[in-house]
Amino acid sequence: MNGLQRAGRWIGEHLVLAAGLLVLVYMFVPIAVVMLMSFNDNSESRNVYAFRDFTWSNWANPCKPDGMCEAVVRSIEIGLLATLVATLLGSLAAFALVRHDFIGRSVANTVIFLPMASPEIVMGSSLLALFVAGGFGGQLGFVTIFIAHVMFCLSFVIVTVKARLSGLDQNLEQAAMDLYASEWTTFWRITFPLVFPGVAAAALLSFSLSFDDFIITNLNAGQTVTFPMFVWGVAQRGIPMQVNVVGTVMFLISLFLVVGNMLVTRKRAAV
Amino acid sequence: MSLAADGAAHRASDRLQGEGRSLRLTALTKEFATFTAVRSLDLEIPAGTFFALLGPSGCGKTTTLRMVAGLDTPTSGTIHLGADEITYEKPYRRPVNTVFQNYALFPHLDIHENVAFGLRRRKVKDVDKQVQEMLALVELEAQARKKPPQMSGGQQQRVALARALINRPEVLLLDEPLGALDLKLRRGMQIELKRIQTEVGLTFVHVTHDQEEAMTMADTIAVMNSGVIEQMGSPAELYENPRTTFVANFLGQSNLIAGAVSSTDGDVVRVDMHGTQVSILADRAHVRSGDGWVGIRPEKVLVEPLGEPLDAPGNHLTGGVITDVSFVGVSTQYLVMMPWGQELMSFEQNTGRRPVLATGTKVDVSWRPEFAFLLPASQDVNAGVVEES
Repeated sequence: MNGLQRAGRWIGEHLVLAAGLLVLVYMFVPIAVVMLMSFNDNSESRNVYAFRDFTWSNWANPCKPDGMCEAVVRSIEIGLLATLVATLLGSLAAFALVRHDFIGRSVANTVIFLPMASPEIVMGSSLLALFVAGGFGGQLGFVTIFIAHVMFCLSFVIVTVKARLSGLDQNLEQAAMDLYASEWTTFWRITFPLVFPGVAAAALLSFSLSFDDFIITNLNAGQTVTFPMFVWGVAQRGIPMQVNVVGTVMFLISLFLVVGNMLVTRKRAAV
Repeated sequence: MSLAADGAAHRASDRLQGEGRSLRLTALTKEFATFTAVRSLDLEIPAGTFFALLGPSGCGKTTTLRMVAGLDTPTSGTIHLGADEITYEKPYRRPVNTVFQNYALFPHLDIHENVAFGLRRRKVKDVDKQVQEMLALVELEAQARKKPPQMSGGQQQRVALARALINRPEVLLLDEPLGALDLKLRRGMQIELKRIQTEVGLTFVHVTHDQEEAMTMADTIAVMNSGVIEQMGSPAELYENPRTTFVANFLGQSNLIAGAVSSTDGDVVRVDMHGTQVSILADRAHVRSGDGWVGIRPEKVLVEPLGEPLDAPGNHLTGGVITDVSFVGVSTQYLVMMPWGQELMSFEQNTGRRPVLATGTKVDVSWRPEFAFLLPASQDVNAGVVEES
């Protein structure tokens, strides 16, 4: 009886923990499978979904599938460019929205959420319609993808930077000016360092949004193939194991960034 | 940038060689869209004084301070430092530094760098040595490498002070810097601030709504109300001889009793106060005819049980009844209902001369004529009454 009660209490106390662990498993099993499959040797078989033999060959020859590495490089190029432009424009817009009072500011503050809220298929198809109507229907490709990516990254950047900026005490800038710092010095010594975490977060978000976008990209890509489009294309014939290698690398980079950020934050707090 | 630095350094060295320069505000006005914060303010603050701008929140004192710092632009009027006009000068080109109400310490810089900020901008040499000395002055040497959020409110306040003071500004502006501190710490910092001001000899302009704080620290107080200065003078002058009901009520407490001037006799104005003739010295009578408010501070009001002798050469009122007694240790505070239906406050030192009087005791009331003052009846009797919180 006593033992049963104790067991009951043990289960009660650990149920939340167990539930939490299950959720984590649910979230990470797909990633674990991707990592595992990156070491799968499927050269003997057409069935790409079964693990047959361990091999390093996928990692040793990541560019073996035709066109995959070109697609990855293109996605990275578009991602970096779109991130740069979206972060720059979005940060400037955030400053305008937080710091300047103008007619229509509250409308603008609401409207910036629209691109985040509207379905990608709507944005993608309307953008395509715009390009075609504008006479660029024949020139779809790298540039139109880049324009599309900047468009959907912008609102994320604005929202992220705006949140950081509105939490910034304007007295700090006034204090800097009071202490002999010109507007320029004040911006680079005070405003920018304090807003930087928001800008960095916005840039990371932009890159990952751009890198994995499929719907909008597919509609506006013309003959150009990005990595998500490549995967989608080959998936019908059987995914080459090298795709898992790219997936694993991307995951490890994200992990590195997240852990690195955590360590830096903790180190700063400890000083 | 270098221009600003040179200018500030140049002025600082001027100051060290010569006499300090006074701060002069002339017809200074600041209008916002819906109201006028500061209304044609004229003020001269001599170099080296500890000056307090005292007033309730919204009276325009902080706006005045911000205009001197260059953080707000006046609508009209001028600000001069000695002979130089600085009305529209950029904040970083004025030899003026501010201690902000919420301190505004830079959260991403450590204490040392916060304090060094102004010196580094002006490209001063020996920054580290000066910072260490300044941190020693405010007793924070050991905390130099901490970040502001890791420090207590009192420590942050001292960092904010050090950060401004290290620049040796001609004028140091303090915007309610003690407001966020608890009472005990505040008293300590008041003494500390006064000591530092005396030591460095700079002009301090201190904005506060705390009348006790203003009286403790300042050489000169300007009482501000709705954008204008009601009265200016030493703490004792303002307290003993207020010129308006606002000052009488805001700076300490006052009994204000309705009366009418009956005669003016050389140095003395005689007032009929509900049937009793009281006399008021001419230099304290701010009306000479018609109706007025007779003012008397509670600690000047003496009470004695009916028929007992009273120290009263002149102003003697009878028929009072004690309605409330608060014993506060060093003193006892009585409320005395007078025949005309007004309750007078009386604060009595607990010297032990006689026992504390009980509620309901019939008493006579008196005061020495030289302590009373007379204010125009046109002024609001409740202006500046501080609500008990």
